[in-house]
Amino acid sequence: MNIIACVKQVPDSEALIKVKPDGSGIEEAGIKWVMNTYDEFGVEEALKTREKHGGDVTVVSIGPARAMETIRTALAMGAEKGIHIDDPQLEGADAYTTASALAAAIKEIPYDIIFCGQRAIDNDSGQVGSILAELLDIPQLTIITKLDVEDGKVTGIKPIEGAQLVIESPLPCLVTAQKGLNEPRYASLPGIMKAKKKPVDIKDVAALGITVDIKAKVAGMTPPPERPPGKIIEGDDPAVKAAELVRLLREEAKII
Amino acid sequence: MAKGVWIVAEQREGTLRKVSFEIATTARRLADELGEEVSAVLLGSNIAGIAPELGKYGVDRIYCADDPVFETYTTDAYAAAVATVVKENDPAILLMAASVQGKDLSSRLAGKLKTGMATDCVEVRIADGGLAAKRPMYAGKCYGEVVVSGSPQMASLRPNVFPAAENPGAGEVVKFDPALKAEALKTKIVEVQKDASGKVDLTEAEIIVSGGRGMKGSENYPIIEELADVLGATVGASRASVDAGWRPQSDQVGQTGKVVSPNLYIACGISGAIQHLAGMSSSKYIVAINKDPDAPIFAKADYGIVDDLFKVVPEVTAAAKKLLS
Repeated sequence: MNIIACVKQVPDSEALIKVKPDGSGIEEAGIKWVMNTYDEFGVEEALKTREKHGGDVTVVSIGPARAMETIRTALAMGAEKGIHIDDPQLEGADAYTTASALAAAIKEIPYDIIFCGQRAIDNDSGQVGSILAELLDIPQLTIITKLDVEDGKVTGIKPIEGAQLVIESPLPCLVTAQKGLNEPRYASLPGIMKAKKKPVDIKDVAALGITVDIKAKVAGMTPPPERPPGKIIEGDDPAVKAAELVRLLREEAKII
Repeated sequence: MAKGVWIVAEQREGTLRKVSFEIATTARRLADELGEEVSAVLLGSNIAGIAPELGKYGVDRIYCADDPVFETYTTDAYAAAVATVVKENDPAILLMAASVQGKDLSSRLAGKLKTGMATDCVEVRIADGGLAAKRPMYAGKCYGEVVVSGSPQMASLRPNVFPAAENPGAGEVVKFDPALKAEALKTKIVEVQKDASGKVDLTEAEIIVSGGRGMKGSENYPIIEELADVLGATVGASRASVDAGWRPQSDQVGQTGKVVSPNLYIACGISGAIQHLAGMSSSKYIVAINKDPDAPIFAKADYGIVDDLFKVVPEVTAAAKKLLS
């Protein structure tokens, strides 16, 4: 099978995010960059699918030069080759533009199944996988926690509010990975060594033949609203403190 | 010229979901500002009876497709049908729910309509005649001001954040035939496995009681569940307790779990790692119960109790039971 995994390099989830004083973006100094958590599940599922059905895994990423580290991480986990879309025009690109760039790169190669993370933990937009599936005119299974691939079709489990759906789709299709899908493997030392020699194609917007037209533009960023200082309920007796808490929730906050 | 504010209403098993009234109310507000009308798209099977309910929340026209193919949501059928009616009518703005279904549908639609969308917004307004939205990024570690262009300008709204207010609209129901092509319907829902607990999902819960590393093991969660039962709350968990296998992954609140905004979030034995705080700090009220007075969670809490959760939580349950009975 021809398997594709899309990955994005993002700030680590433990990173403190500070907005630049002019609101134009975040301060990047001191940030540890890692593979987006949900993309790790996608890469792992891509590798598991290859182990079961044969074929190879191509990892595709959009980002500046440092995004190559994340591509190499996926290669070290076991992917065969990479495509790095590196173009300053794509900085701050919206989901449609991002998906268009991915679609242009993926259209040039054969694919049976495409994995994406269900969202990237930086922009939290969660749109790219679906738009990519639409641009390639293939079905999508989003936010999937269990997947079976066989006989030209996939069956996935998708949790929704108060239920889970069992969804079946023919191949080719696109799957977005949710936590629970698998336990991503760590890159082994030999894997890391081998990854250095695996081929990665570098492409820009001109090579992909797309035009950049950003339709959802982040005009400014702000820190989250400050929460007013809270009240510590003092005392020695847990029962008294608990009763006071319940009283405050009823009489002051008026929420229970 | 694109005109009108549209929404896609969401129903499940023939009942409109609360978030549908939230987006209808918001659409009404934007439409009033623009001097335009509000239209809704409603898809389902045997749903003609519920369509007029949207009129009570300011919807002037409901485009309704009532067909067995829409009984259970599938991306293929729903996205094709909404795209058809939207393209025919050319609205200026299209609002949807950032629910599980809404996120799937809205993203596919943004692709079909080749337009821009702001996801999971907590504020939307008209600016310079167009749609501007505020939305959390990095799970709420910062907020982005997004200006949406394209046609229609799309936004999905976070459930539980926007008010739902009755405000009668014309509520005229217009049936439409989405003329779906069988070959376009590739995915099938083979089964719907219902959660027997009947609990409200974390993303829609008004009250959440969450347990963290301080719970020390899955066997201790009944004290959290009892408090949740008394308050009508949903149980959540920190990443530490999910990774330890004490709670299912679907319970995880935080940057790599669910981002929640209930009216009340009660954090028990949760220290407040950055990625957890990111996922819950837009809750209206936060209560922290933790024996470590230096736990970062107290900096976000409206009310804090520094004590052993195993002593305090059962007392809170007892006090709440007394009050609410």
